[in-house]
Amino acid sequence: MEVVGKSMKRVDAFGKVTGEAKYTNDLCPKDALIAHVVHSTIANGEVLSIDTSEAEKVPGVVKIVTCFDVPDIQFPTAGHPWSVEAAHQDIADRKLLNTRVRLYGDDIAAIVGVDNVACERAERLLKIEYKEYPPFTTVEDALKPEATPLHPDLRKTNELIHTSFKSSPDYDYEQAKERAIREYGAEHVREYEQTYRTQRVSHCHIEVATSWAYVDVNGKVTVTASTQIPHIMRRVIAQALGWPVGKVRVIKPYLGGGFGNKQDILYEPLNAYLSVVCGGRCVCLETTREECISQTRVRHAVIGKTKALYTTDGHLLARTLDGYANKGAYASHGHAIAASVATVYKDLYNDAYGCRADMTTVFTNSASAGAMRAYGVPQSVFLADCQIDDICHREGFDPLKFRMDNCVGKGFRDPGNGITYYSYSMKECMRRGAEYIHWDEKRKAYANQTGPIRHGVGMSIFMYKVGVYPISLETSSARMILNQDGSIQVELSATEIGQGADTVFTQMASETTGITPDKVYIVSTQDTDLSPFDTGAYASRQSFVTGKAVKKCGLELRNRILDYASYMLGRPVEELMIHDNNICERILPEGAPVQADLSAENGYGYIADGSKDENDRYEGWLDADVKQWNIDDLPSGKKSILRDTGKILARPGKVLLSMKDLAENAFYSLDRSEHITAEVTNHCKENTYASGCTFADITVDMEMGTVKIDHLVNVHDSGTLLNPQLAEAQVHGGMAMGIGYALSEELLYNEKGRPLNNNLLDFKIPTALDVPDLKAIFLQMDDPMGPYGNKALGEPPVISVAPAIRNAILNATGVAMNELPMTQQRLVAAFQQHGLI
Amino acid sequence: MAAKTLAAGKAVSIMLEIVHMTVNGEEKELAVDPRESLLDTLRNRLNLTSVKRGCGVGECGACTVLIDGTAVDSCLYLTMWAEGKHILTVEGLKSPTGELNEVQQAFIDEAAVQCGFCTPGLILTGVELVNSGRKYTREELRKLISGHLCRCTGYENILNALEKVVGYH
Amino acid sequence: MYDIENYYEAKSVEDAIAHLAADEKAEVIAGGTDVLVKLRAGKDVGCDLVSIHEIPELKGVDRLTDGTIVIGPATCFTDITNDPIIQESLPYLGEAVDTVGGPQIRNMGTIGGNLCNGATSADSGATMQTLDATLVLQGPEGSREVPVTEFYTGPGRTVRKRDEVLIAILVKPEDYIGYSGCYIKYGKRRSMEIATLGCCVRVKLEAADAKQAEAGETGGTQDSSVTRREDAASTEQKNAAGSPALPGAGFRLADVRIGYGVAAPTPIRCRKTEQMLKGMAADDPAIYDIIATHVEEEVHPRSSWRASKEFRVQLIREMAKRALEQAILRGTGKGTPGAGDFPPVELGREQEMRETMTQGAAEAAGTADGGEDTGCGKGGEHHA
Repeated sequence: MEVVGKSMKRVDAFGKVTGEAKYTNDLCPKDALIAHVVHSTIANGEVLSIDTSEAEKVPGVVKIVTCFDVPDIQFPTAGHPWSVEAAHQDIADRKLLNTRVRLYGDDIAAIVGVDNVACERAERLLKIEYKEYPPFTTVEDALKPEATPLHPDLRKTNELIHTSFKSSPDYDYEQAKERAIREYGAEHVREYEQTYRTQRVSHCHIEVATSWAYVDVNGKVTVTASTQIPHIMRRVIAQALGWPVGKVRVIKPYLGGGFGNKQDILYEPLNAYLSVVCGGRCVCLETTREECISQTRVRHAVIGKTKALYTTDGHLLARTLDGYANKGAYASHGHAIAASVATVYKDLYNDAYGCRADMTTVFTNSASAGAMRAYGVPQSVFLADCQIDDICHREGFDPLKFRMDNCVGKGFRDPGNGITYYSYSMKECMRRGAEYIHWDEKRKAYANQTGPIRHGVGMSIFMYKVGVYPISLETSSARMILNQDGSIQVELSATEIGQGADTVFTQMASETTGITPDKVYIVSTQDTDLSPFDTGAYASRQSFVTGKAVKKCGLELRNRILDYASYMLGRPVEELMIHDNNICERILPEGAPVQADLSAENGYGYIADGSKDENDRYEGWLDADVKQWNIDDLPSGKKSILRDTGKILARPGKVLLSMKDLAENAFYSLDRSEHITAEVTNHCKENTYASGCTFADITVDMEMGTVKIDHLVNVHDSGTLLNPQLAEAQVHGGMAMGIGYALSEELLYNEKGRPLNNNLLDFKIPTALDVPDLKAIFLQMDDPMGPYGNKALGEPPVISVAPAIRNAILNATGVAMNELPMTQQRLVAAFQQHGLI
Repeated sequence: MAAKTLAAGKAVSIMLEIVHMTVNGEEKELAVDPRESLLDTLRNRLNLTSVKRGCGVGECGACTVLIDGTAVDSCLYLTMWAEGKHILTVEGLKSPTGELNEVQQAFIDEAAVQCGFCTPGLILTGVELVNSGRKYTREELRKLISGHLCRCTGYENILNALEKVVGYH
Repeated sequence: MYDIENYYEAKSVEDAIAHLAADEKAEVIAGGTDVLVKLRAGKDVGCDLVSIHEIPELKGVDRLTDGTIVIGPATCFTDITNDPIIQESLPYLGEAVDTVGGPQIRNMGTIGGNLCNGATSADSGATMQTLDATLVLQGPEGSREVPVTEFYTGPGRTVRKRDEVLIAILVKPEDYIGYSGCYIKYGKRRSMEIATLGCCVRVKLEAADAKQAEAGETGGTQDSSVTRREDAASTEQKNAAGSPALPGAGFRLADVRIGYGVAAPTPIRCRKTEQMLKGMAADDPAIYDIIATHVEEEVHPRSSWRASKEFRVQLIREMAKRALEQAILRGTGKGTPGAGDFPPVELGREQEMRETMTQGAAEAAGTADGGEDTGCGKGGEHHA
């Protein structure tokens, strides 16, 4: 590949270093009204009345809306594709403003005014009466019989959903235990039982959740919002207002970080409503940092009660997870994230007899948990990999060897959803990480330490499915338009949220069309009135799912260009190709017939092309014999293992025509005027796994309870890297987020359910001084499912960092920390408890 | 209770006051509300939207500007204090013919930019360091940028970019 | 926008006081990093602000002819840290305020505000306590001097009246000449942090010979001598087992001052412990046991969601030891290099001390903590 795989500079970098890239609020008209959300000062109860009379007298106040005024419509907020099956639709459990208070700070009224001071003064004059119920912020309390059900219209108790996943339908832990004793003898079989806990954390994107809305001259409520999912937002705003979708327009400019929080619908429907009730005037609803932390979404806190059965010679036989996910007040993504916790827990290790993973999602009076980078998998891997290291620590097994022996294997296929591990590299990732960190030497050197300063190395592994198929719909559209000068526009509704999407899509479009990247103009802003449909930035799907749409669209555009070239040049399409902004002769190699090799030597098939020279290879969609490989069209029964494009030889020959001349002619020809565009939908029915690991080398100051990370390395198999420099940067960011998750971040509540630390001073995301130098290593396994051999990278970097650090602490001190975050206070208390200080 | 639109809707602000300051090299005479932070004034009156609001309380650094060459959080700086001062935002860094400042270029080259929201503030701290005329170790740089929170980069490439400009080579 | 009614930029201290006195709703604002944050949180909204931000006479650091150091309260933290007089004579104060917030906040927040907000977590608090600094408050009725140790009346409260302006912070020569010191900030991360605990230990070293000449004259330490001998014995055993030598050989502690932030509702001194340590050999292992054991009796930490009492007690003990060790190291001309990490040069015998340092002490300087970060880090950066 010529463009994909190169470290091209970001297409938005110039705009971002000069301040010219405009974000949501940068575009807001300066005379916009300001919206201010009034939050409840109780965590559980009902609003009985709100007296607005004094507040309305405050100069500058334009409108006050309370929970008694809003439409009686409940709507869902999850950034999922809509399901046409009612049973799979997201849970509609909130109104724009709610009389039933389900968390401290629930949205009970909104004030629109000319400035923030007017709104805040008015808020202080509201007289609000509540009926209060005892609050509960933990799963344990929420499941007690006396806990008030938060959504009695939906569920009789606070249990939202419980699911049980098994490696096979007849698997049973107790039977596995009997079998183990029978087969290995009781003296060779051990059991380990432990409970692990992860905490509630905030995404802390530096741009808060924000939007502004007005009603346009065409009657559409037009919302400019900082969102990962403009098209889904359009649908949800319509649902919340009870309007048809076509009357809602959402615009998404540059975005200052999302990490999943903006894969949910937050205050945008309320913002749209406030504009509508203010006669369509422009209203800006920018959350404060405090609101953004505690009133938008958080990562689910998870409790995992685990059991494991293994042999004394290091074979994992069976595991069981009974887990609980703290949902918070509203369903948001429902049970999907808890299900993700369960499936990865089950799949990550290859239990000889099997595994059962049960998860229950429970409503509590706390921040609603939604999507956050890696969607439940950091929690899942924390449970799984603490358990593994605890076993190793107890038995004196080497955690690396134990993982090598027991981790998910090559060719794994999830029996439940069928997702298959096509390009497998888990063990090679571990080897590379161990080599970098000097695992064997350090495990030896760090054995049997005493004293106030101790060192440790730890590791953790992960697997991660790229998109959401077949659990949910994966669909994406792309549009390309040829300009008069031979350049193209690329229009997508996959969103740039900082991860570099615009840049890699530019590379993909260039790679496939043969038009150089400097002539590929990606439209960064999404506008649901203009941009083709895509569900947006979530999972680690875009480069995979939207990437396929870009490739398909690029092929179509290319075919149309070649068709026009054929007309202009009077030569058959088969003799032409596009290279470097020119129409060239297409030279096929002699004596190298193209054929499919289905031997599946490497776990998947490939197209033999007779070429020994990697640089001479081109993607083969244009070859008359191969065409576009479509899995469904394959001749043999090995459909699932053949990649969708082959590699064949074809090289550009003599330049026949420039794209500029072609384009100009196509636009203005008196003989055949044709505006060359392409627009495609790609319904993606493929998925695969990315994988990797983290190794941490740390120093523990026992008396101060501090952990210093000396070396931290993430090894990733994300398939072919689209842009190595950006890939590395993406990994760094995930690792830093993982450090915060491991050591310092936690959203806390007091006994009344009030958030204690919903600000950036007290919610401790790492600063530059808290992050060591970060190392990213990649194994580039060419994945047959990825459009360019690529697989997930956006989310995975955060997954295995916390358990690796935890296991390094275990190695250093012998103390197993079973709860995140491993704060200094918790460490000191644990060291004291173990008599180490 | 039915919501009703209030007749009022006019703000009562305290009297505007005139402030003189040099912003990105241009002398400005502005009528401002004394309740405004410099962040408000730069964004709303001068449309200098590179100055970002991330928290409003000096805990994230996204609103950093240079005042007389020194990096401050403009959210906690009253515009009234800017009388007679020189303010620099990243809009003022590009040369008149469009060339980037070396810190800006280093951020691009080292892939130190992701979502870009913390970027303008960090670049200004970088400019402050360049203007000091000295070199810094990586550890010193960590401390010097520790008033900027970034959630995308893990700071790694930001440090690489700054090392390129003010580090020891 | 901040919810205030009126704003006034004072031209001088007198002007500020006149406006404060004339307007009951008026509050002083200097750097703004506390006042504006509180306003945004809805505290004191609708007040009038009298700004002392632009009064030059309140800024800068000076030394009077008698050696008294005068710190202008409107001096921002960065300017304190970089001030030549501070670097020369009160480097530990410079390093303490270099731990406040982050760089931008340190360019804005003032040392006077750090004191006047009455916070026990203020990073200058512990050090000011050990300096026995004097605060000069000026109000409509004139000015008065208040020892910093009598300044606080409770959490967030001080003796300063609403219409008084802190116009100077004085540090007398007898409180700094001959001292070395170390401030350790303990937080949950290494920047943008409010102290979980702050500890400043300052020591005045003198050659051990001088102590022998006065032997027996300091009866104040009598009670602790027994403990000292026992602890010393136990530590000797430890040393025999291979622990590195402690710094400060050849010196004794002519004075020790221990100050804490967040160990009580206000910044505090631990005077009883100080008395016990006075006169002891600087390399006597017992000093660390004494400081760790006895500071605990003088502090009143509480449990909050930020940290439990038990955890704070552990830190109080441990940080005192580390700050003491670093203070002694610095007093002997060693110490971890870093910003402001130099013993006061006006110590006439400084050079002499360096020369008399044994090789063992020099080694200890590098290895007393096993070669690891002492918690003072690079010249006492906050420890996370």
